[in-house]
Amino acid sequence: MASVALSEAEKVYIVHGVQEDLRVDGRGCEDYRYVEVETDVVSNTSGSARVKLGHTDILVGVKAEMGTPKLEKPNEGYLEFFVDCSANATPEFEGRGGDDLGTEIANTLYRIFNNKSSVDLQSLCISPREHCWILYVDVLLLECGGNLFDTICIAVKAALFNTRIPRVRVLEDEEGSKDIELSDDPYDCIRLSVDNVPCIVTLCKIGYRHVVDATLQEEACSLASLLVSVTSTGVVTCMRKVGKGSLDPESIFEMMETGKRVGKVLHASLQSVLHKEESLGPKRQKVGFLG
Amino acid sequence: MAMEMRLPVARKPLSESMGRDTKKHLVVPGDTITTDTGFMRGHGTYMGEEKLIASVAGSVERVNKLICVKALKTRYNGEVGDIVVGRITERRRSAEDELAMRGFLQEGDLISAEVQAVFSDGAISLHTRSLKYGKLGQGVLVQVSPSLVKRQKTHFHDLPCGASVILGSNGFVWIYPTPEHKEEDAGGFTANLEPVSLTDREVISRLRNCIVSLVTQRMMLYDTSILYCYEASLPHQIKDLLKPEIMEEVVMETRQRLLEQEG
Repeated sequence: MASVALSEAEKVYIVHGVQEDLRVDGRGCEDYRYVEVETDVVSNTSGSARVKLGHTDILVGVKAEMGTPKLEKPNEGYLEFFVDCSANATPEFEGRGGDDLGTEIANTLYRIFNNKSSVDLQSLCISPREHCWILYVDVLLLECGGNLFDTICIAVKAALFNTRIPRVRVLEDEEGSKDIELSDDPYDCIRLSVDNVPCIVTLCKIGYRHVVDATLQEEACSLASLLVSVTSTGVVTCMRKVGKGSLDPESIFEMMETGKRVGKVLHASLQSVLHKEESLGPKRQKVGFLG
Repeated sequence: MAMEMRLPVARKPLSESMGRDTKKHLVVPGDTITTDTGFMRGHGTYMGEEKLIASVAGSVERVNKLICVKALKTRYNGEVGDIVVGRITERRRSAEDELAMRGFLQEGDLISAEVQAVFSDGAISLHTRSLKYGKLGQGVLVQVSPSLVKRQKTHFHDLPCGASVILGSNGFVWIYPTPEHKEEDAGGFTANLEPVSLTDREVISRLRNCIVSLVTQRMMLYDTSILYCYEASLPHQIKDLLKPEIMEEVVMETRQRLLEQEG
């Protein structure tokens, strides 16, 4: 992960500040930085989103392609995640430096989506055992300013909300050979329901308390963090501990409760922004990358 | 807990909100500044094909017969006598160094120093030969573009709001609680690791957000601008200063006060 060097005195200052619920930028322990979300920024994808949280900038593109279902799940489509840590984010990612972090994030995304209710995979099936939709979710890290996992999940959820999969029909003629017909109307698509898509809340343990949405400097002061993946109803789908330090079971329980609470608010804000953007219609001013 | 998500808003060009009378002449590398050959060429320009062409992106400044281009965003160019704040990234590995210096300075430490000499390849040598320089203790570092730090007589400021600031010419701004005893300045080589009081922390966080707002709106940083910005920000909560519209409002008020003071 991109890291900053800090002096001992700076770390002590940050740790003491967190104990008193006043972080370096004036936020409390459970406050997020200001978030900007925009969908439909990449034109040749089925769905895309860009999320900016402080100095962290993530771009997600979803492409829907036709393929064969997996052998063990013949009635379902599936999602494939790929994370690219661009060298623009930090010089550490140059060449193959970002690959480790990319695989770690991709594996976390697979884990949190690895349950029956996050995405309705059966709606992605076209004909069992033969054709299904595969959603390739590509995540691009443009800038790294701390709190990567949360931002990436928000962006993935927004991109899935924006995804439009063309409606297809399977036609069978007398000889039994199947033909797939794409509807003529380019706006005739199916959309995924993202109500149960989870979001990750990263809780970093600093001193005796934990903070949400840590900056790079705060991450450097934290020895252990807990990644909690929460749905909009507060159900935890997966949990992961990162970092070299150890966590007390009591604090894990507290952090999980905070994660659930914060996660519900996160989902509510994201839903309202996405619906607001959709209500602006196709005539809305797209800000994109040059705004 | 607070969480705010919004749709992005396109940035307004600064000239609209500022209402300047004279528009700055902005150029990019390769732009022709003038075809008149009577001018002397200064920094950021070169002569090519009978025309004066800009080599950096910035605004054109003209002093009588001298034309130069002042870059908007540039790497720090050291000059003798500048105060800088820096972080130790690497150290010389020699026996005497190991024995003597490691007790005082480690990798990652922040120091304030003065530029002693500038070499022809751009390297700078620093000295801390005064008690006001040396290792920095507890505080907050803000990194800004070096072109936004105004050249002044002194870069160490004890602001009346209750904290002190070092405006490094290299763009590193250090905000720290004002030490009570005057003998132990920000310098020396021992760091005070006692907890800083909550009131001091609030002042430091507010100053940090004010400096970030000034820099986002491309305003020059000096003690008066930081102080006016601090006073303009008092009606808002510290964490609200991170929101774009409040940032704009506060900086607009600061700009007005500075114009009134000049005029």
